[in-house]
Amino acid sequence: MEDRPLEYDYTIAKLFMYSTIVLGIVGMLVGVILAWEMAFPAVNTMLGEGLAEYTNFSRLRPLHTDAVIFGFTLSGIWATWYYVGQRVLKVSMAESPFLMFLGKLHFTLYMVGVVLIVGSLLMGITTSKEYAEFEWPIDIAIVIIWVIWGMGLFGLIGIRREKSLYISIWYYIATFLGIAMLYIFNNLAIPTYFASDGIGAWYHSVSMYSGTNDAIVQWWYGHNAVAFGFTVPIVAMIYYFLPKESGQAVYSYKLSILSFWGLMFVYIWAGGHHLLFSTVPDWMQTMGSVFSIVLILPSWGSAINMLLTMKGEWQQVAESPLIKFMILASTFYLFSTLEGPIQAIKSVNALAHFTDWIVGHVHDGVLGWVAFMIMAALFHMAPRVFKRKIYSKSLMNTQFWIQTLGVILYFTSMWIAGITQGMMWRAHDEFGNLAYSFIDTVTVLHPYYTIRAVGGTLYLVGMFIFAYNMFKTMTSSERVDESELQNATPMGA
Amino acid sequence: MDIATLQAYGYFFLTGFLVVVLYAYIYHLYTRRKSNAGIDYEEYSNIALDDDISATPIEKNEKREVQ
Ligand code: HEM
Repeated sequence: MEDRPLEYDYTIAKLFMYSTIVLGIVGMLVGVILAWEMAFPAVNTMLGEGLAEYTNFSRLRPLHTDAVIFGFTLSGIWATWYYVGQRVLKVSMAESPFLMFLGKLHFTLYMVGVVLIVGSLLMGITTSKEYAEFEWPIDIAIVIIWVIWGMGLFGLIGIRREKSLYISIWYYIATFLGIAMLYIFNNLAIPTYFASDGIGAWYHSVSMYSGTNDAIVQWWYGHNAVAFGFTVPIVAMIYYFLPKESGQAVYSYKLSILSFWGLMFVYIWAGGHHLLFSTVPDWMQTMGSVFSIVLILPSWGSAINMLLTMKGEWQQVAESPLIKFMILASTFYLFSTLEGPIQAIKSVNALAHFTDWIVGHVHDGVLGWVAFMIMAALFHMAPRVFKRKIYSKSLMNTQFWIQTLGVILYFTSMWIAGITQGMMWRAHDEFGNLAYSFIDTVTVLHPYYTIRAVGGTLYLVGMFIFAYNMFKTMTSSERVDESELQNATPMGA
Repeated sequence: MDIATLQAYGYFFLTGFLVVVLYAYIYHLYTRRKSNAGIDYEEYSNIALDDDISATPIEKNEKREVQ
């Protein structure tokens, strides 16, 4: 052991790579089922009336959102943390048996959490708060998992060789701190069974807040879950993987720091845009709108920084499917961080709120930006972790185009559906009578729901291609030499 | 002065203060390389590009003895 040179240890990164792929497929499969259910309601009872309880839209929807957020995305965040963290701090997990132990414990408890969450959501046990559906026993488990990750994170930083923390590390730290704070405050709840001498189920609870206050805390959390789950850690990834894969230094390191502080300061105040025209105080709604607009600046600071990193090297986009994934991801980041602020303008929101346009916005962000970046990161990591070439470059290209088409079908259909819906809901005659009833909108929207379902299915097909390519890479692809792993990822035909 | 006027002044000066802090920070980022101990911020980009475990750190962590 002594004379073997020190190497990075990717044991934990590998485990989270597997869970990213598996939970990605599960979560998106459920998403596709939901999409078909909306287009063809008969799908709700596809397994028969008896099992309809488990297959209907309302039971499956939280399973979709939580599987893709806390399953797929979080696994991706951790897979990359256990990879990037070691490399930019220049320290190996193998150097600390304690950190290795924490890492394994982290993954094991996380798997237990996944099982509990999938089980309880399928059984219909939920607090009914969006993205915070888990009842208090699971919340406690999640806090423990989070703290273990935090110990590992700061532990690794504590034994680093590189004194200055690379910008990605800042973003990982912010992810840790941000979610810790948000999650705890939003999930504060009173277990009814214990507070009432045994009424109801032992796991049931009610939120510590009520009415408008509950809504404020919920959307302070909900929007910042987007910030600290879908933005901050994904920016952490792209700041490492794009420069590394392309061999180009970040266009402006100073800009990356500046956008970091901008993002931290501004994001926290934007959640009010989910509650426009509600019972929330007017100034808070205005603040939500204003901060949402200001948010364009730090968001574009990162996105443009990424695109400019490719300056003079644009031929790489044509040559490498991996760079394509990342450039498309930052382009989608650019677009969705413009689209979001537009939707947060009060007059636009009056039209857009509660419509499919919001769902379209969510998915151009998550499919185009989050999922593309996570998959690109895994593609970059695979040969370094498994010491084999990416199995097939042409499969990567195929996946890229199928999924790009899928995203485009998804968001364009939802734009049209959403705006149609919004217009129809408010149309009225000269006396103020509504021009349409709800079912009129449903009839008009049917084709767009079908297009979305087709787009989602294409995206899922791409996920299967991704999983297959990764599986072959892990098991039977050609071995690579260490020297081939400097920048551009080696790929088989 | 009533509370609303005070709030308005408070808001105005806080915004002004934050703008000053922001520009001071940008100034700091740009000038740090010129000071004696300074390092050009752009050099930190190399932490990602040059990330082998045996690579020389951009800034060595003195607290950690060399392995
Ligand atoms: C194959 C890919 C996917 C399909 C077909 C799909 C489909 C759907 C559908 C049908 C809904 C319900 C919309 C409604 O209630 O009207 C939904 C909601 C949602 N999905 Fe997906 N999804 C996919 C991937 C993802 C991914 C990868 C993520 C995140 C990483 C994600 C995050 C969300 C979120 C946050 C919502 C809630 C939106 C809201 O409340 O406004 N989805 N998805």
